[in-house]
Amino acid sequence: MNRLRTFGRQVIWEQRSFWRNPASASFTFAFPLLFLVVFIGINGNDTVPLTGGRVKFAQFYVPAIVAFGVISACYTNLAFTLSIRRDNGLLKRVRSTPLQPAMYLAGLAGNVVVISIILTGLVTGLGLTVYGVTFPDRYLGLFVALALGAFCFSALGSMVATFVPNEDAAPAIINFVLFPLLFISGTFGRVEATSTLGRIASIFPVQHLNRLLEAVFNPNAPGTGIIASHVAVLAAWGVGGLVIAARRFRWEPRRR
Amino acid sequence: MGPVIEVVDLHKSFGDVHAVRGVTFSVEAGECVAVLGPNGAGKTTTIEILEGFGPPDSGTVRVLGADPAAGGAALRGRIGIVLQECGIDPYLSVAEVLRQHASYYEHPRGVDDVIELVGLGEKRDSRVKTLSGGQQRRLDVGLGIIGDPELLFLDEPTTGFDPSARRQAWELVHRLRDLGTTVLLTTHYMDEAQSLADRVIVIAAGQILAEGTPESIGGRATAKTRIQFPWPDGRDAGDLPVPVEQVGGDAVIETDEVTTTLHALTEWAIAEHLDLEGLTVTQPSLEDIYLQLTADVGARPDDDGSAG
Repeated sequence: MNRLRTFGRQVIWEQRSFWRNPASASFTFAFPLLFLVVFIGINGNDTVPLTGGRVKFAQFYVPAIVAFGVISACYTNLAFTLSIRRDNGLLKRVRSTPLQPAMYLAGLAGNVVVISIILTGLVTGLGLTVYGVTFPDRYLGLFVALALGAFCFSALGSMVATFVPNEDAAPAIINFVLFPLLFISGTFGRVEATSTLGRIASIFPVQHLNRLLEAVFNPNAPGTGIIASHVAVLAAWGVGGLVIAARRFRWEPRRR
Repeated sequence: MGPVIEVVDLHKSFGDVHAVRGVTFSVEAGECVAVLGPNGAGKTTTIEILEGFGPPDSGTVRVLGADPAAGGAALRGRIGIVLQECGIDPYLSVAEVLRQHASYYEHPRGVDDVIELVGLGEKRDSRVKTLSGGQQRRLDVGLGIIGDPELLFLDEPTTGFDPSARRQAWELVHRLRDLGTTVLLTTHYMDEAQSLADRVIVIAAGQILAEGTPESIGGRATAKTRIQFPWPDGRDAGDLPVPVEQVGGDAVIETDEVTTTLHALTEWAIAEHLDLEGLTVTQPSLEDIYLQLTADVGARPDDDGSAG
């Protein structure tokens, strides 16, 4: 009970700090929303064929941008937060207090989950109300996809943070890892699964989160939308990332 | 009750740098002890081992009866740590950061009391990122004492302060001492050690060179008194009534018999119609003693400051 209260308090402090930081709030938050509006603006929102029926173009974009939102909130945000706070000694300060280190990290993870949920709500809400997207009531499927996505990309964000030597190097490393993957994984435009790029992308987790969410949002397909192969790849990357992050994690800045 | 801090034959190396080479000392409850030494002397390495930031290579360390490397939350709840260059969430306000940290302790001090103690009343609701360097350092100290610690570590608490901010910081440490807090601080300012410490430990190249009260350390209490004045124009050493040494443009006399020497000197000066303007009578300062003590080891080739 006490631990739960501590956890809740940490999440609230992290939320407060997040929303007051214009850089993190805009990068994590405004980007996915902006991409959704701009890409639909560029490509139009005609009806296109999908699994034996026809849907609005946005029916593809909304799940991709939901995935991008989860990745921004979890991967990008955690990787930046951890590497900056380690570099300026904030993490070391945490170690000087009686707060359980695991509680501190749990607070950070809780914070990015809250952001993911809000972002998903906003992107989906915008899709449903403005762009004629339908959500086929696959709440379990959506929950599974978000939970796995948040777990996988939080783990990978924490892992990448351990490879960032200092604050100045953070943007280059963190974005250099992510952006090529976003492009080949079909976040910003379709990439056929059978193409070379599509095959390369299928090794990495971004494409699988996109496909999982696409299936969850597909109104013309039967079933729960929970596709075992995508679940397995996301889980594997999450576990792998977590193991590496835990082994390499450091609280103290590098000696300069 | 045993000593609050006990260190026996502590050793620590980083790669090729043997930063701490057999340090032994203890601190009793209620004492304020200053560890004084040049950059790279091993001060920060020693204090960080005491704070639990890493195990020693060899030797024993006890803080409030516990091993700091294994003491965990229970020990951290009883000590306060003010680190060098340590970040604070820039987007929270002074009061918020203190409130957040207060919640980590079982019996914290009141947030407003601490704000008052460290003199940040006017900045209470300002974001941390808007504070000046000195104000952030005071908030550092505030975060160190928010848990009402029995023992407070201060690692170079006033480095980078302007003189008035240093005076304020010293007053704060005095107040904490009056409240019964045991304090271990590192510094490379003599006047800081002189003003704050009951006891000074001089350390260089990872070893303790001397230990004692600021008044007596390094034989300071029994050292000769120094009388110094500008060399009188056109006089030789033989003209003066007492043996003198010429140091630059000054005459210097070192003596155990201050009254007799001054009497002889001034009597002679009156007879010769000399003013002796600029005459000073001084005990060797803590700085003189410190410079003497550290002179031999100060120029070690591996002192690049990295061992702090």
